Amino acid sequence: MWKPRPEDIKPMSTNPSQPGQPAQPVPPPVVAATPSIPVPPKETPKASDPHRADVGHIGKSVQIKGELTGSEDLYLDGSIEGTVDLRDHSLIIGPNGKIKAAISARDLVVHGRVEGNITATGRVELRKSCTLIGDVSTQRIVIEDGAFFKGAIDIKENTQNVETRKPLVSVASAGMSSGSGSGSSSGVSYSASSDSQGSFLDGK
Amino acid sequence: MSSSGNNLMRWFRGADGSQAKPQEGAKGAPRTRRTCIGLGEFMRNLSGSGEQKLCVLDLGPTSPTNITLLTELGVRIFNEDVLSESRDSSYAVVQEDGSTQIDPERFFAENMDYPAGQFDAVLFWDIADYLPETLVKPLVERLQTMLKPKGHLLAFFHTKDAGAESLYSRHHIVQKDTLELEPIQGFKLQRIFNNRHIENLFKDFASRKFFLGRDNIREVLMVR
Repeated sequence: MWKPRPEDIKPMSTNPSQPGQPAQPVPPPVVAATPSIPVPPKETPKASDPHRADVGHIGKSVQIKGELTGSEDLYLDGSIEGTVDLRDHSLIIGPNGKIKAAISARDLVVHGRVEGNITATGRVELRKSCTLIGDVSTQRIVIEDGAFFKGAIDIKENTQNVETRKPLVSVASAGMSSGSGSGSSSGVSYSASSDSQGSFLDGK
Repeated sequence: MSSSGNNLMRWFRGADGSQAKPQEGAKGAPRTRRTCIGLGEFMRNLSGSGEQKLCVLDLGPTSPTNITLLTELGVRIFNEDVLSESRDSSYAVVQEDGSTQIDPERFFAENMDYPAGQFDAVLFWDIADYLPETLVKPLVERLQTMLKPKGHLLAFFHTKDAGAESLYSRHHIVQKDTLELEPIQGFKLQRIFNNRHIENLFKDFASRKFFLGRDNIREVLMVR
């Protein structure tokens, strides 16, 4: 699997809405001249950041046919036919991603197009630009308003955490009107703003 | 279907029988809420299923709200937007008179492919009023076989007072007896069923229960 060279790793935009965009040059951090100037605390990188150093990155021009396995988080913006198996790791399918494969991962975020069944042990997020044709088996699912889905959704109970069960499903719907914009009910929470979409690490 | 019914269909279908491309989402379109007795009864049947994990088929556009609510009930939900799929021109065949219509064989070769007795309930919504004519009867026949015995199907039908400009809506179940309707532009009302048409269309079902709303929508709860 292709990995970024150390010299390629630069600070990049973390705007989740444009994960495939090239990096914008960021001015070097200003060194505090005096101790009185507060230094912003270092942000802990999130798993959903596709440009994180320990996240594998497959660009939009890459086409793969066959079996893709890995033991690290992966950002996938290319085309794949076959199978994708990341078992205990996270997978982000970028807006240019075209996947015809059965996918197995811990957490999954889909911006692009997927044809195939998805098995996730953690959370699945279907963003508004996504098209998913296939069945989903997961513990939690987040679906943005505008996502196209054709298939079945099966929510699996986590047998280890039955006692302290977290919300199974959350919904983000940018276009919801008043009254349905936000709320919660037993075991379910949802929010009106897509900004409220957390990273893989949120809510765990 | 009777000749009067066909005339009504032709009247609503327009000159070329074609539909405009749907404008997904119709940004800013106001949503309206309606209380649905039929939906309430439908949901009560789902809730009272005990430990068994039920399978429900939602034939409307993907609704995160519905998926939330139904999965919360422990239901396995299937989603298939039949109406949007019916707009795919690859299913169309050219007739002798030059017009095109959807070929049911082509359409069902790629859609609604489920085994018999798969579903405990189907949310049919009001798609029968908007679907191409060639698909309506075959779809209902398929649904009848896909439903388990005593399975429920909830359908909505416009009355003739609703008017030809009635917008197709995405149905969000916000409470067990309350829907939020989100209008979707681009779908044209194709026909109006009267009660007898509905009974004929769903004649293979064991029972049909009608609920008439003040907003010119009839809710019909069918039991296989």
